[in-house]
Amino acid sequence: MSAFAGFVRKEVYHILRDKQTLWILLLMPLVQVLLFGYAVRTDVRDIRLALVDPAPGVASRALTQRFATSPRFQLIDVYRSPLPLDEAFRSGVVRQAVVLPADLDRALLGHAPVSVQLVSDASDPNTGSIMQAYATSILRRWHDERTGGNPGMRVALATRLRYNPTLESVNVFVPGLIAFVLTIISAMMTAISITREKETGTMEMLLVSPLRPWAIVAGKVAPYVLLGFLNVLLVLAAARLVFQMPLRGSVVLLLAECLLYILTSLALGMVISSRARTQRTAMIAALAGLLMPTLMLSGFIFPIDSMPEPLRLVSNIVPARWFLLIVRGIMVKGAGFAALWGETAVLAGITLLLLAVGARRLSVRLD
Amino acid sequence: MRVILFLMRKEFLQVFRDRATVFQIFFIPIVQLLVLSHAATFDIKRTALAVIDADRSTMSMELMRRMEGGGRFEVVLVQSTAAGIEDALLTRRANAVLGIPRGFAADIARRSPVTLQLQLNAEEGAAVGIVLAAAQAVVADFARSAGPTGPVTARVVPGVPLDIRTQGWFNPSRNYKHYMVPALLVSLTTIMGLLLTAQNIAREKELGTLEQLNVTPITKGQFITGKLLPFWLLSLLIFGIGLVVGKLAFDIPLRGSVPLVFLAAAVYLVVALGIGLWISTFTRTQQQTMFVAFFVMLVYLLMSGLFTPVDAMPRWAQWAAEANPVKHFVFIMRAVLVRGAGLETVAGPLIGLALGGAAVLGLAVRQYSKQTT
Amino acid sequence: MTPIAIEARELTRKFGDFTAVNAISFQVAQGEVFGFLGANGAGKTTAIRMLTGLLQPTAGSATVAGHDVVHEPEQVRRRIGYMSQRFSLYDDLTVRENITFYGGIYGLSTRDIVERMDALLARIGLEHARNELVGRIPLGWKQQLAFSVALLHEPAVLFLDEPTSGVDPITRRRFWEMMYETAAGGTAMLVTTHYLEEAEYCDRLSIMVEGAIAAMGTPSEVRRAFGADTLDDVFLRLTRPGAVA
Repeated sequence: MSAFAGFVRKEVYHILRDKQTLWILLLMPLVQVLLFGYAVRTDVRDIRLALVDPAPGVASRALTQRFATSPRFQLIDVYRSPLPLDEAFRSGVVRQAVVLPADLDRALLGHAPVSVQLVSDASDPNTGSIMQAYATSILRRWHDERTGGNPGMRVALATRLRYNPTLESVNVFVPGLIAFVLTIISAMMTAISITREKETGTMEMLLVSPLRPWAIVAGKVAPYVLLGFLNVLLVLAAARLVFQMPLRGSVVLLLAECLLYILTSLALGMVISSRARTQRTAMIAALAGLLMPTLMLSGFIFPIDSMPEPLRLVSNIVPARWFLLIVRGIMVKGAGFAALWGETAVLAGITLLLLAVGARRLSVRLD
Repeated sequence: MRVILFLMRKEFLQVFRDRATVFQIFFIPIVQLLVLSHAATFDIKRTALAVIDADRSTMSMELMRRMEGGGRFEVVLVQSTAAGIEDALLTRRANAVLGIPRGFAADIARRSPVTLQLQLNAEEGAAVGIVLAAAQAVVADFARSAGPTGPVTARVVPGVPLDIRTQGWFNPSRNYKHYMVPALLVSLTTIMGLLLTAQNIAREKELGTLEQLNVTPITKGQFITGKLLPFWLLSLLIFGIGLVVGKLAFDIPLRGSVPLVFLAAAVYLVVALGIGLWISTFTRTQQQTMFVAFFVMLVYLLMSGLFTPVDAMPRWAQWAAEANPVKHFVFIMRAVLVRGAGLETVAGPLIGLALGGAAVLGLAVRQYSKQTT
Repeated sequence: MTPIAIEARELTRKFGDFTAVNAISFQVAQGEVFGFLGANGAGKTTAIRMLTGLLQPTAGSATVAGHDVVHEPEQVRRRIGYMSQRFSLYDDLTVRENITFYGGIYGLSTRDIVERMDALLARIGLEHARNELVGRIPLGWKQQLAFSVALLHEPAVLFLDEPTSGVDPITRRRFWEMMYETAAGGTAMLVTTHYLEEAEYCDRLSIMVEGAIAAMGTPSEVRRAFGADTLDDVFLRLTRPGAVA
């Protein structure tokens, strides 16, 4: 037992002495929380809009006012003809344009439809749709005001946004961020660390010592468990203190699930390191096999419901996917274990499977 | 000059000799590009909808039919009370709940205004906007077809309908992949290039071969060029292959000048790899290097407008993003490939990148010392 | 070429408060094999790093191959060779590729490289391994190869840091024969070693203790100065705690 303790101590020294890594280990989650909370947003604001008004009149001026004063839009210019639009859109100066007809005032009095063109930069279809919706609602309101009424049944839709009514990006991203940070620290760094011993030949020495193979791995891995946990606490603290992110469920449950996921990440790291021979291989394997799936396939940024069927199936084996549901459930929705036992079971199952695979490959052989 | 050729030759030998390395450097990013591009979309396919139908009339059935008819919703649960709805939302059995009040059909017949209740699971944030828009569209449609409000008397001014013709430029098919594939390509190329460069140098440091080189008469400039050039070429190659794959597999738009994009990529990669090199000048082990490099890169990628629009960032972040080479390259890529912009539009960012490259290289040369202190 | 290949004058290196090398002075002549001995941590590696331009001295100066290490490091590097403890040949390149690479780095013409490579491989008997990956070659061969590669550009001075660690006695002897041959050609060599029997092979030697030179001279001079039968005894006497006045 004291050999093991001594080994863990050496590993801790390694990490503590490595000031650079330590700084980043503690800094990284904080920086990311701040970035995600403040900078990385998906809301659409300050839409750069241009109006094409060939025959300005009272009505078109009223519309121009509406767009100019709307907080969602940034009126760039009012053109007389649609000619400048091409270049304006191409260079990105303008992202949306409203083209009014030349006989707007007359049309508003007559009985013919008022035909307005709404051009949106749809390079990003998502933003394009949202911009379109915003502009459409302004246009409709303007039109209602001009013509005194909306023909048609007044059916109102009272909307209630549940769990995250203000659409705080923190609430959306923080759970994924925890998974992401843990994947880097507990999985990637562990994999690289173990592979490092293999590559430099010190693994040989360790294997010949009285330490059993499992003890070697456990010792290598222990500091990263601590670091991972520390990071989780940092992220949660930052999210709560700086952004007032809610924590509606049980803190104990949350931390317990985080521990489970840390174990999952470690198991992943172990599996990678058991097959990688050099540190570079471990790094690339961790990137391609862990980080990218965690980033792209877990529901962190892109909703799983949007993915095509085959990818949705694949996402089922990405542990982060389940962890995200759990953390979001606990923090944002206030769910208890009763609602989340299914996801927890899946995560636990994946972990056991990975541990079994990793342990088996950790033989006394060196390749 | 000759010395640089010798240095480059060694790097290429080391990379291409090992089949595993070639696999890792080329195959893996391309496979990731192919697979992950399909994941990068916000296009919600079908939202699971629960309906609390207190009216249970043909009118409410009609409404439900229309909700499903648009293809955006799938009715998974119909009840007359709200019992168990909370649970359904909690367990994600349903992600939207439509509440049809009692007297719905009667109100419609009487032409008096009616209010429906809609609850949406907003845990995924902005994505809910699309679902909301879809629901609003169905309801508005339903309202229009149900006829005008109010008693049908002469007092009602029918009004002039508004016809909004919408056009989506640059991506008429609304294909999200056209937007994301180039973004993914940039990320993957950057990740591979930067990490490989940094890790490579760190490895030589660890093994001691770097010390051996330090004792030779090669200059700092020769060393840095000899290290950067091979990886720069490799990264450019990956980028090129990625573009071809993007075109063949996803039909990404190539509206502008492709050579211009390559020029931008070439300049950009000098900056990106230069940063990797600069990082390796102050780290000691591979593990450290990979960690630092990875972190730096992550920040750059997140703040670059690749995944979330720069326009959505607060002012200070937008300012900071000006110092981000990835942001400029992404702008150039999207402007040229998707919008077909020309040199005039991208000249600014391009020059910015060139200056950045010069600065980073200068920094690296200064920082790289054959000596330890 | 001056007859003095290496000259250190009060060469000193401090790391904060700790003095790793304390004002050492010595000379190595052309064609001389100079042994640089000392316990671990005595300052040998630090001294060598200063002489090869890898570390700046805190005080003092040194001239190697006729150039000042502080003011003309690049000229120094052109005229010295270095064989480090870790060999520093690329394991994932073949013998031929390694030789070609280092030859090119030192500015040798392709013809020179080819000629010298052939001669080198013939001399150490590795022609059959020309296209073998260095990583696969046994340790003894690798060490001789590293030595030869360090001499490829015909340096005036060769620094060797623990060149024979981990090698069997027979190979070690052959290695020293190679060194004598090279020295006879005029190359000065500064060798650090732990093996005190090897110290006997040197023309002159110095023993460093806690950063300073505690003994210097030919092996027999040093033995006589300390009234000891073997260098081993001298060494033990010097490195026993409190032994240095």
